[in-house]
Amino acid sequence: MLLQQLINGLTLGSVYALIALGYTMVYGILELINFAHGEIYMLGAYLGIIILGFFTAVGLTAFSLPLALGLTLLLTVIFSASYGFTVEKIAYRPLRSAPKLSPLISAIGVSIFLQNYVMITQGATDKVFPPLVSSAGVTVLSTRITFLQASIIVVSGIIMALLHAFIRKTRTGKAMRAVAQDKSMASLVGINTDTIISITFIIGSGLAAVAGLMVSMYYGLVNYFIGYSAGIKAFTAAVLGGIGNIPGAMFGGILLGLIESLGSAYISSEYKDVYAFVILILILLIRPSGLLGRNTEEKI
Amino acid sequence: MTAGSGRIRSMLLRSGTISLWSALLFLPFRGVRAAVVLFGVLFFAMLSLNASGSWMSPLMSGAASVGRRMTALLPKDRRYLYLLVLPALIVPFSAQNYIIDVAVLAGIYIILALGLNVVVGYTGLLNLGFVAYYAIGAYSFALLNTRLGIGFWSAMPIAVIITTLSGFLFAIPALRLKGDYLALVTLGFGEIVRITLNNWDSFTNGPNGIGGITAPHLAGMSLETLSAYYYLVLFFAIVTVVVIGRVQRSKIGRAWIALREDEIAALAMGIPAIRYKLYSVSFGAFWAGMAGCLFAAKMRFISPESFTFMESVLILCMVILGGLGSVGGVIAGAIILVILPEVLREVQMYRMLALGAGIVLLMIFRPQGLFGGRVASSRR
Repeated sequence: MLLQQLINGLTLGSVYALIALGYTMVYGILELINFAHGEIYMLGAYLGIIILGFFTAVGLTAFSLPLALGLTLLLTVIFSASYGFTVEKIAYRPLRSAPKLSPLISAIGVSIFLQNYVMITQGATDKVFPPLVSSAGVTVLSTRITFLQASIIVVSGIIMALLHAFIRKTRTGKAMRAVAQDKSMASLVGINTDTIISITFIIGSGLAAVAGLMVSMYYGLVNYFIGYSAGIKAFTAAVLGGIGNIPGAMFGGILLGLIESLGSAYISSEYKDVYAFVILILILLIRPSGLLGRNTEEKI
Repeated sequence: MTAGSGRIRSMLLRSGTISLWSALLFLPFRGVRAAVVLFGVLFFAMLSLNASGSWMSPLMSGAASVGRRMTALLPKDRRYLYLLVLPALIVPFSAQNYIIDVAVLAGIYIILALGLNVVVGYTGLLNLGFVAYYAIGAYSFALLNTRLGIGFWSAMPIAVIITTLSGFLFAIPALRLKGDYLALVTLGFGEIVRITLNNWDSFTNGPNGIGGITAPHLAGMSLETLSAYYYLVLFFAIVTVVVIGRVQRSKIGRAWIALREDEIAALAMGIPAIRYKLYSVSFGAFWAGMAGCLFAAKMRFISPESFTFMESVLILCMVILGGLGSVGGVIAGAIILVILPEVLREVQMYRMLALGAGIVLLMIFRPQGLFGGRVASSRR
């Protein structure tokens, strides 16, 4: 029982971690809570279903399932990243020097827009993910882990490791860290901050799309309002680990997934959605810099 | 000549790229044909906008200067604006029940939006869970009324006091935070309140809500009819406007604005920031509680469905649409956002889509709101 909940929590947590990375990277650079990030995740889930449906219609899934899934993943990431890029360009870039609350309110507007955009174009009813992936699994010590769960955990792990390496090792990653530290200083040493910000949004949206695709496979159902609660939870995860801190977001996501699945198993499943909010409030009140974050002095 | 053709080519290229990009993004959601249509429409619209831009701009600036001259003709003393209450007084005599119903709703939202304006507009604390106080007010009132049989005039003060206290108690820890973090914590508070109301079956009757709330009586007369209730709401709305206006011009109100503009400078001037922020949040919650009571007594039935996050966003939109910090603007914003959905019933599906896009456009082109004069506070 406990082990089962741990596995479920780990699956959920690695999805939260993937979404949380987008929040934390954007916050690290722009100090903006990208409220629309959850909607990008929702778009990813929808795009996955649409694209896979298209591949089924043209017979690619029957030809080779791994190829179809791989192409679906690729196209989903490309489309969602384009959405993320566009959102930043339209809704946030003109507000760079506006009062701090303006971009946040604008982000809420984007979130409402995208939700209703999907609702109008795709209908308000649940979308079903085609049951292509078998629900087979292995049972060890009376604990069942499906191949899907295992692949969600493994894929998330690989992606996070790649991202970590990208941020640490590459030139662009270094530039991203520089912009996060000090935007004007970074532009003085020849970094194009606008490009870096766009890249950040593209990477973050791509990660959210992967999360969306995996979740729609895992639950089999998608709705146009899943982005809101997933977004809030992922944000909580980002804050839990220390916002702006990339390993923190991974750690926070997994911790939150574990808390949620253990909480709904042992305390009450009705209040499942409350745990994230309670943790968010508690962590902000007790340790706003997060578990892994460093305390920052307020600049005057 | 070559410069002109270069301009045209770059214009074509720009419109083409943007339309093509939008159409590509749209493609997976609606298929190829819809994407082609979108491309055509966007391309045409952008070209005609660009082409008309040259003769539109003098027209626009002309209209703006006429508007400025017109406002200069109005008397300096702004108290004549109170005359606007007169048309509101005669609404029940001149309209159908449906319109009075919408007007009652508008009145309740005016009180709510003015309450939120105290917190967001004057003090500059973004609250994304304001609906929590509205819900607490409505539920306290409904429970007092249905469980204990307390009438409107006694239940309302108690419910308002409960709401104010809850605002105060929540603000004590929350106000240690600033800016975005504060906004997120208030959002969390709003959701926690809603989910609790939804799940605490034994106390709040869960998702089924509370029914059978009695209508208010005044001097032995039931205010059950719509027009009587309209006057009740109008009375409370006027009280709200007057009281908030007085407080805004008092020492407390000036301290709030000082805190919004520059907290560090305000602290240096000896304004106890936390205490005045606590006043602000409690004062805002007070009006939300009152609006909650009026809502519950009007509907006679409440359920957690009425108190979602979208409701918080809607109230916030009323405040920013009209103009943060301006009483007249907020009233106008509330009226517009209550009436607009009624007018747009035909295209209901696109309503929220337009609301979302509208928020973004408002932030980009007119962050001070439609009627707000002063630019919002500086970056902090």
